[in-house]
This record gives sequence, structure tokens and C-alpha cells, in this order.
Amino acid sequence: MLSRTAENLFWLARYVERAEYLARTIDATLRVTALPAAYIGKTNEWDSALLTAGVGAAFYDHYEEANERNVVEYLSFSSENPSSIKNCIEAARLNSRSVRTALTSEMWDTINSAWIELQAVWNKGPANREELAKFLRFVQETSLRFDGSAYRTMLRNDAYWFSRLGVHLERADNTARILDVKYHMLLPEEEHVGGPLDYYQWTSILRSVSATTAYHWVYRETLKPWLIADLLILNDTLPRSLASCYSNLVRNLDQIGVAYGRQGASQRHARGIRNRLEHSHMDDIFQHGVHEFIQEFIADNSRLGEIITKQYLI
Amino acid sequence: MAIAFDEMNGLGEDLRPAYQELSRWLKETPPDALEYRRQEAELLFRRIGITFAVYGDSEAQERLIPFDVIPRIMSATEWTLLEKGLKQRVLALNMFLKDIYHGRDILRANVIPEDLIFQNPVFRPEMNGQDVPHDIYVHIAGIDIIRTDPDNFIVLEDNARTPSGVSYMLENREIMMRLFPDLFSRHRVAPVERYPDELLSALRSVAPHNASAEPTVALMTPGVYNSAYYEHSFLADKLGIELVEGRDLIVKNDEVFMRTTEGLKRVDVIYRRVDDDFLDPLTFRPDSALGVPGLMSAYAAGNITLANAVGTGIADDKAIYSYMPDIVKFYLSEEPILKNVQTWRCREPQDLSYVLDNLADLVVKEVHGSGGYGMLIGPAATKATIEAFRDKLKREPEGFIAQPTLALSTCPTCTDKGLAPRHVDLRPFVLTGSSHTTIVPGGLTRVALKEGSLVVNSSQGGGTKDTWILSE
Repeated sequence: MLSRTAENLFWLARYVERAEYLARTIDATLRVTALPAAYIGKTNEWDSALLTAGVGAAFYDHYEEANERNVVEYLSFSSENPSSIKNCIEAARLNSRSVRTALTSEMWDTINSAWIELQAVWNKGPANREELAKFLRFVQETSLRFDGSAYRTMLRNDAYWFSRLGVHLERADNTARILDVKYHMLLPEEEHVGGPLDYYQWTSILRSVSATTAYHWVYRETLKPWLIADLLILNDTLPRSLASCYSNLVRNLDQIGVAYGRQGASQRHARGIRNRLEHSHMDDIFQHGVHEFIQEFIADNSRLGEIITKQYLI
Repeated sequence: MAIAFDEMNGLGEDLRPAYQELSRWLKETPPDALEYRRQEAELLFRRIGITFAVYGDSEAQERLIPFDVIPRIMSATEWTLLEKGLKQRVLALNMFLKDIYHGRDILRANVIPEDLIFQNPVFRPEMNGQDVPHDIYVHIAGIDIIRTDPDNFIVLEDNARTPSGVSYMLENREIMMRLFPDLFSRHRVAPVERYPDELLSALRSVAPHNASAEPTVALMTPGVYNSAYYEHSFLADKLGIELVEGRDLIVKNDEVFMRTTEGLKRVDVIYRRVDDDFLDPLTFRPDSALGVPGLMSAYAAGNITLANAVGTGIADDKAIYSYMPDIVKFYLSEEPILKNVQTWRCREPQDLSYVLDNLADLVVKEVHGSGGYGMLIGPAATKATIEAFRDKLKREPEGFIAQPTLALSTCPTCTDKGLAPRHVDLRPFVLTGSSHTTIVPGGLTRVALKEGSLVVNSSQGGGTKDTWILSE
């Protein structure tokens, strides 16, 4: 297939995944900040929402204060923020138009309808909390529909695999960023703190990767910070864990390799990261330093993006 | 202006046979049911994303072409005549192009003045002596047809460069079949859906001699911001070929390749929807970012076929148009089946003085204009506009032609005030491959939605209709 087509599919999937992640981040933050102050402490949750979205610095070029109104606006509707939800959906549609021939009509319909709704219903932004909740649901449902229609209607060939690569690479990056911002709350030595304050913070982390129920099913325990870290980093059964993202990345890259009869740098690099995750234990990671571990992961992950681009997309 | 010939009711109340069933159906169908279907159609178009862009109108970056649900119908007999005429016309266009870029018999025979060719900006000296596979230059032609009476088909314009609109022919039919299954079951409408297959086999048949047995065809688009982008992606999809932009292609050793995830892959035929000027920055406009450097040298080496060929503009130029009946006679020694609109060439003094004396009754067109822009419709223009045009004409008479204001035929159309006659034209698409010429029965009917308007262009308030050719 055309390199440009593969590139568009890859980015299309990334933009949709990112939009959903932003919607979930806002949703989780709204829930935490709705709690009485005693439960959440003095941290500014909106600041950390900006950090997990990776736009901490740019935000202050446009706003004075990180409060609900400003942050929601910046993450959702701002034209200045290149990765606002609005811009993600617009970029997704532009990418879709460029590769219409490689999309199934169901996928096109999902993106095009979302774009139409964005303009028709949400062009002025939500008027109140209730509308905001509706908007966030709309974004998450768009992503679900997109994923579902890709899964159910696409031929299993390179077009599908490149699109999946975009999903998993973006997803790994998002999960890692949440961990990076909140890692200090997961450190074992702070376990003794244990109070309601941390409990809600931990729930919030799980909620932003939609894993609150999953946690209980997997561990059958009350929330423990190192188990949360274990779930999000090493547990292959949780679709948003780093381990699961890398199982998928390796598999999709292998499928491409087999179809093209050639392996390359991206297959090797992805397998390297996957092996490291597979052979790690939480204890070692804590020894090594969670922060360092995640920083390294984020760098490796974005390096994989560059290698894929060089090998296939240009 | 005299009353126009109506496709359904003729010149008066004599219902024409092809419309009998439709007329009965219209009487049975309540008006709000029609309105409901119209809205449904619009929703479908928007969802599928069948939009076009209007240049210079940022408010409406993507607009829908209004779709009218009342079909335009033709009998098999009418179509047979039209088809014969179209084949004759396109054959003559191809022979003319071959001659202009090779022996130039027609110039030596003084049928056409030389300067009209050599001083014409759409004449491409690069094509002199260049052979193209099977001598086909115009693989895809869109011939705009109008009628003023039941007996004649008149060519308003030949489109031999990159004619567009065929996606509407296909999508209009698709949507009509979805919305009016009952109406279809009461007619025997010739299908149009084999167009993509016909197009692909025509394109493959003109691959270079050194192409593989399964030649690779690609559709080249200027990109997502082009007004016809939807059509480009639609066709690439239906043909099952790659939709490429200039940046996806690269020329090496005079061969054209596309960049794929598996490395470079040779391309044999490019169905290009990019104008000549933008094809190759090394040959044509150096500022073109849409093109492929070196494409023309691969073309000259015979390693790539471009469809349509470079330089076909000289055949559909408005200045050449008035000579088409002579061109048909010259190459085929036959009488032209399709008529031309009477045309005054303002470059000729006696014609110019006639035009200047009768501006208020004439339509004056720029020789190099298209899309209905830059023309004067005398009867609809104000005095001031006419005077301004008179100055333009005097300054640069060779830039214009003039034609009488024709009463284009009308067809019943949904309007705010119920069904009313609106003027229509028809663009059938003529495909020419190595062994034969094909015309899928039908074409794109364009309709001027404003009462009395004669301008059917989509950029100026025109809409479209499905076109039905009835089987015997």
C-alpha cells in the first residue's frame, strides 16, 4: 500500500485514541474535584490533568489559572491546543478523507458523523456540566464505534495492522503519561499514608484508563498502589496496560513482517521493549525507580514511532 | 424567450411516452412524501460525504450539490442516436489531436487557422511528434449536451481534459434506487454500475508496451483540498486502484514509481485528475507542488501512459469548438450527428460587429473560461454590465466567442412551489480504450434550480438529477 496511506491510517487511529483518552482524563478529574477538599488534599487536579495530557507548559501561554473552566476548554475545544479533542477529531477526519479508499464505509461514517456532530452540536462548547458529560460520552462513544467498526469490517491486511499500530502506540503513551504524573502516589513507602485522600486519587488513575472494575476482578483486593502499578504496567490482560499494548504492537508488526516477507528495525525494537516488560517484576521496577522506568518507557515508545515511520511511512 | 421544450411534456401538454409511468406515479404520490424523500436524500449525501469545495468561499468549504429526486428520462431510441453521435464526436477529437501533434493535415487543408493552434496557451509543443498508445488522447470525455427540440442533440461543450461529475451519475443512481424502489420496478432503466469496470479496462488497455501483463493503474489527485476530491477517492475505490498525490510518485530512469510500505512499485498508467500545468514542475509550472519532477520525461520515453494525454485542451478549447463540425467532416467524411450551437468568433471582424450590435440577446463566453465564470448572459444582464463587457470585447476580441441565448429544454423539478420546469443539460461520459469506445447509458443531468436560470454549473447554484435511459 502507499506509504502515505499507511501514515494516514496510523495517525487517524492515534488521533481517535487520543481524543478518547483526553475525554476520560477530563471525566476522571471532574469526579475527583467534585469531592470535598478533605478527600483530595491540596494538589491542583486540573494542573495534573494538563500534565497527563502533555500540554502543561503550552497551557499557560493562553491562560492564567488552571481551573475547571480553562482546562476543560483548552483540552476539549481550544483551536490553539493542537491536540485538543476538537482538533483531534478534525485531524482524524482530514486523515480519513485522505485515505477514504482504505477505510470501510462504517469507519468513514463514524468519523464523518462525529465531525458533523462536533460542528452542529458542539461548536460553542457545552453550556453546563450536564452538557459537558454528554460531550465526553460522545467522544468516548465515537472512539468505541471507530474501534468496533475497524474490528468488525476491515480486511485483516496491512491497512488494519498500521491502524492498530497507531492505536497501541498512542495508548501505551497515554497510560505511561498518567503513571508518570501520578507515580509518586504509587510509591510503596507512602503506603502508610493510606487514608481516603490517596484512595480517591488511585481510583481516579484507574478511572482514566477505565480499569476500576478490572482491578477488583484481577486482584480481589482493596486498592493497593503497587498492585495498581502492576496492573497498568505488567498485566497483559488489561487492554490499556503497557504490557498488553506491546503484545499487540509486536503481533501487528510481525504480521506486517510476514506479509511483506521482511523484518526490520521496528520489529526488533518492539520485541526488545516487550521482552523487558515480560521479564520485569514490580519489585525490580520499584528498586530501579518507577519514575526512571516510565521515563525510559516513554522515550522508547516514541522511538518506536520514529522507527515505524522511517521503515514504512515515508 | 420562447417557451422551452419540456422533456416530459414536449411543447405543450403532450406527455412524451418515456414519461408516462413517471407522470402516473407523480399523480399517486403526495407532495410531502416527495419532500420527505428529498430530505432523506440530502442526509444520505451528507453522511456519505459527497461534497465539493467552492474555491474562494471559506464559509462553505464543503458543500453539497443539491440533488433533485425527479429523474430525467430518455427513450432507447433517443439514446441510440445520441450514443452514435457521441462516438463519432470523440473519434474525431482523437484523430484531430493525433493530427495536430503529428502531420497537421488539417492545417494544410486550411480548415482551421494556424494561429488558433500555435498561439493557443493550451497547445503543448512538448507533444509534437510524441506517440501515445493506440493513438488515443482522450480516454475519458465528458460531452455537454443540450436540447431545444425533440429531434436534435446539440453539443454545448466538449470536455477533453479532466471532465468530472461521473461520481454523481453513480451515486445519484445508488440513492434513487434506495429511495424509490417502487418507481424503479415500474420502469426498465438501463444500469450504470459497470462504469468503473469499463473505465479500468479502458485504462489498462492503453498501458505502455513494456508494462507487465497486469499493468498497474493509479489515479492522481491534486489532494484533499481539490473541489473534486470526493470524486477522485470515490473512483479510486470503485476501480480498486491507488489514489496518489504527486508526492507519492517518484521518477527514476524515466520510469514512474509509487512509494509503498514495501518500497517502490512501478506505475504504468496514471488516470490523472491534475491539469497539464501542474503535472511536472520541470516542464510546466515550476511552482507546482502537486506534480512529479521528471514525469514528462518518463512520458516522452513511453514508460507511462497519462489519461487523458497531455495537450488535449487544444481539442476542447472554446475557440476550436466552432470548427468541430468541420473537424468531424474532415477526418470521417461524415455529416456530424450532433449539432453545434451557432457560434460567432469574435476574432473575425464581421462576427465581432454582429456580436457588438446584438450583445443584449447573446451569451458571450471567454475562450479559456470554464465553470460558467466570466460569461455574459445578455438578456439577463444590466445595461452597465453589457457596456463593461463591450469594452472588454473590443480590447481583446480573440478572447471571446458568442452564442445565441438558447431555450434549453426543461424537466420537472421539485421547487418550493411544487413541481416546476427547470432547464437541464446532460453530460454523458465517453470511454475510449484500445479496442472500442463505450458509453454507459446515462450521464450527469445538471439542472438550473433557479426559476428561468440557464446556468447549470454546480458552483453557481446548479443541481443534479438521475438520468434514466429506458430499455426497449
